[in-house]
Amino acid sequence: MSNEVVLLDFWASMFGMRIRIALAEKGVKYEHREEDLRNKSDLLLKMNPIHKKIPVLIHNGKPVCESLIIVEYIDEVWKDKCPLLPSDPYQRAQARFWADFVDKKVYEVFKGVWLMWAKKGEEHEAAKKEFFEIFKILEGELGDKPYFGGETFGFVDISFITFYSWFHAYETFGKFSIEAECPKIIAWVKRCMQKESVAKTLPDQKKILEYAVQLRKRFGLE
Amino acid sequence: MGSQDVVKLLGVEVSPVSRRVEWALKLKGVDYEYIEEDIFNKSSLLLELNPVHKKVPVLVHGPKAMAESLVILEYIDETWRQNPLLPQDPYERAKARFWARFADEKLLRVAWSALCSLGEEKEKKLKLAVEAAEKIEEEIKGKKFFSGERIGYLDIAMGWMVRWLPVWEEVGSMQIVDPVNFPATKAWMKEFLNHPVIKDNLPPTEKLVLYLHRRSKMLSSNPRG
Repeated sequence: MSNEVVLLDFWASMFGMRIRIALAEKGVKYEHREEDLRNKSDLLLKMNPIHKKIPVLIHNGKPVCESLIIVEYIDEVWKDKCPLLPSDPYQRAQARFWADFVDKKVYEVFKGVWLMWAKKGEEHEAAKKEFFEIFKILEGELGDKPYFGGETFGFVDISFITFYSWFHAYETFGKFSIEAECPKIIAWVKRCMQKESVAKTLPDQKKILEYAVQLRKRFGLE
Repeated sequence: MGSQDVVKLLGVEVSPVSRRVEWALKLKGVDYEYIEEDIFNKSSLLLELNPVHKKVPVLVHGPKAMAESLVILEYIDETWRQNPLLPQDPYERAKARFWARFADEKLLRVAWSALCSLGEEKEKKLKLAVEAAEKIEEEIKGKKFFSGERIGYLDIAMGWMVRWLPVWEEVGSMQIVDPVNFPATKAWMKEFLNHPVIKDNLPPTEKLVLYLHRRSKMLSSNPRG
């Protein structure tokens, strides 16, 4: 059986990065296709007609959409190497719960800061407060474990680590320091960055900052 | 932790998502103790078991507690192997998960939001809800259940549509899933409603209506909600 794997992606997307990490962990060979989000390819529109978004994993011609769903798919198909989810059903439920939390809450507070960082005073402070509330919850969940998954890097780590590439951009515009407020998170980040799959996937934070500046100008947020 | 451990479910009768867990447990023939939460006055037990979101449903199995209805459904399927809810094939599983998420984010949440809105805001949300329902209609065409011949994960996830959606439409004076444009969805709703596990396990319409009126009164007297 042929094993043709194509990833429709965008270099700065924290969601696309999750897939690149998962595929790297599993040692899966794939074709990476960079999408221009302002001029989406026919292939993308055909493979994800509902959301028209990246990432999309195309496996032997069949599309899988939504980054966390894709990561679970990868874990189930390439199951003989490097499990990303635990085998125990309760541990799996915990992993899914926290990955879902990252998806909903971290993304939400990132958006909150993005919209607020040009504003001053109360609104900016409120967005910053919510941002750190969520980060503190995650720090609490991490506790003294090396990874969210415990001893090994796993599903929740993959879901959250990709946001790290955007930390510098958010710190610059939000005028705050994540390390100062959440040192354990940064310690966890450094641990994750020692993994080849993560280090090779995450783009340079300065490049992300440049991109973020461009985006803000484009959307008239400056 | 064995599948023999005591199972408890914290739920709310009028919640569209906590009912899902009951359906799953019943389909699997799992005995459980149901604890009804007061939605207007959350118990310390709930706050202790789900400190992150403070919401139902919460499934307690032996000493362990878990939250988020779709996460709980997968736990139930993995712990009690009879009557599988999710398909075996990874691609089909990914599809089922995709549609469950889609329906929750683009239909359930939006329909509820439309119900709670007025004027232009409401019209906008209504339009989005109908668009989402159209996509779901395409997905159910030609199938008895979303999961095929037998009821499964995706049917359970969509099941709120058979009781909650019509009530929201009525109370909100809005129509999302009409019989003319959504024949396949309506046919599925009928099949789902007739399933022996489902039909005896739905909140009475009047209770839902009463709850919505009470909630709306509370919100108008306390707009901060």
